[in-house]
Amino acid sequence: MSLRPLARLAAVGLAAATTAACTSGSDSGSEATSGISPQVMADSLHAVMESDRTVYTRLIVNRLQNELGVIEASEHWKDDKALVLPAQMFRYGAEMVAEKNAPFSYSLQSLWAVNKQNEPKTDAEKAGLAFVAENKGQNYYTEETLGGKKYFTAVYADVAVAPACVTCHNDHKDTPRTDFKLGDVMGGVVIRIPL
Amino acid sequence: MWAALSLALAGYLAARLLGPDKTVFLPGATTSGHHQIELACGVCHQDAFGGGPVLQDACINCHGAELAAADDSHPQAKFTDPRNADRLRDIDARQCIACHVEHRPDITGAMGVTLPVDFCISCHAGVGEERPTHAGLDHMTCQTAGCHNFHDNRALYEDFLLRHVGEAPVRATPRRPQPVLPVAGDDLNALRLAQLDAPADRAQDAAITADWAHSAHARGGVNCTACHAPAGEPWQDRPGTAVCAECHQPQVQGFLAGKHGMRPAQDLPAMTPAQARLPMHAAAAHSELSCASCHRPHAYDTARAAVQACLSCHDDSHTRAYEGSPHHRLWLAEQAGEAPPGSGVSCASCHMPLRTHTDAQGKRTHTEHNQNATLRPNEKMLRPVCLNCHGLPFALDALADPALIERNFRGQPAQHVRSIEMAQENQERDRRRRAAEQ
Repeated sequence: MSLRPLARLAAVGLAAATTAACTSGSDSGSEATSGISPQVMADSLHAVMESDRTVYTRLIVNRLQNELGVIEASEHWKDDKALVLPAQMFRYGAEMVAEKNAPFSYSLQSLWAVNKQNEPKTDAEKAGLAFVAENKGQNYYTEETLGGKKYFTAVYADVAVAPACVTCHNDHKDTPRTDFKLGDVMGGVVIRIPL
Repeated sequence: MWAALSLALAGYLAARLLGPDKTVFLPGATTSGHHQIELACGVCHQDAFGGGPVLQDACINCHGAELAAADDSHPQAKFTDPRNADRLRDIDARQCIACHVEHRPDITGAMGVTLPVDFCISCHAGVGEERPTHAGLDHMTCQTAGCHNFHDNRALYEDFLLRHVGEAPVRATPRRPQPVLPVAGDDLNALRLAQLDAPADRAQDAAITADWAHSAHARGGVNCTACHAPAGEPWQDRPGTAVCAECHQPQVQGFLAGKHGMRPAQDLPAMTPAQARLPMHAAAAHSELSCASCHRPHAYDTARAAVQACLSCHDDSHTRAYEGSPHHRLWLAEQAGEAPPGSGVSCASCHMPLRTHTDAQGKRTHTEHNQNATLRPNEKMLRPVCLNCHGLPFALDALADPALIERNFRGQPAQHVRSIEMAQENQERDRRRRAAEQ
């Protein structure tokens, strides 16, 4: 019997999120999903993503590069024998999740993206990125239809949590914006869950 | 009447399907990448009714490792996000066959791509706005040599280009990397002629035993039975590739992945020059390709394998122009002991360069025996090969000049790739912006 998307999501997402409580061990699709709304699911996934990336940014990149100066973080980490940038760490994770055919997807986007492919593209992304930039501390939730499928889409502010975020983005030659400060909203995380 | 004809046709097709010659089922000429294995239909069509996902798995089975090693710029995972759903309507980049349709010679271009050459425009139409250097370019030249590749941009990304600004055409000390050999020449295990362990009736050819006694095998303590009767097996006169692989695993793996060994890799009889699409010497038409065909058994002369072995089969203009070329002159000088080790350039120096790998004994080197690994697109050759001796600006120009390649690099590039200047212009534009902001 195949699990319904949300139940599979619960298995994937909540096993990772320490907030998991209600679904482990259940094979029954409808029962497993009864307590979880897409928004709770998305919020939980985001809590994991944000925490992991903050840990990496503060304890690895900012400490070793900016504070101790023992190793650089570089976009070309392989050639430069350097640390992976926090944004790359996040993207590689998202790509690995995609390779596993997980039923949800997520991406890091910005109105001021260094790589223009990471600018918001769909109407929901554009509205969501603008909303979280203007309404600090609030998330954006909506539904959208892409490629004939309906999704619950959540957008979360991506905030500069360490000096490394700010210096790297302000100094990048392809950045459209050079005045980011610590604590600024620099972009957003978009999570999509199929409905 | 019709029933009889239908039955006859069905019988004929069944016989062809089950027999060795399945050419009747080929829907169209196969690309040069796959023609050698086109009759092993099941390699790609693993399930006759499996459709896309099965084909995709088949592509990845053979090409996945290479794509990963190339830091694929457009991996499948970049396209599965639903935000790209509209793009997938134009090109479903989740599937290799969206761009590489097999058996369609009428629409197949360079690199086996079956899309119009300006396909980049589907996603990158606005590149001219973010990169003034690219304004007005018509997307017909994105993938021109020296600019971009869809998959492998390791030698083409902007910061890499910037790191090589102003380099001279030839480096101060142009050298190939040198092998790290497991034994440092102390010959502790070296075997002498009297110690060979072949049965008396097998070790009677003096030329063979003399070759062996002077080989790296003898120096390294590898006796006759190590290859001819490995692990106590009965004596075999002609040990196969599998025996070589016991000790030379990365080399054999490369051989099986390239044009020389891809047939045995799919359990097909060995490749012969007669089956090749490139011009080959008629005299070599029916030589069967194995380790032994380039590495003369018992002598295992790597210098011969690096040049003469290639020239004995290949007969295209690039190959014919090698002897007498600047690279060949350097090779002859090195072989004559008149120039330092690593200063010569053989066929293998470029087409089968030295690679590094790690095994139980630590960091080791091996020769990349997949001749295609540095060949297409030819920018793959820049980092492991060209840049050992040449600066990037010269190397980019040289690889972008097909006539120069055909002449085997006699003369100077007639092409100029502007990618390094474009990277500099982009950097300068950023500098001006920051100066204006202050």
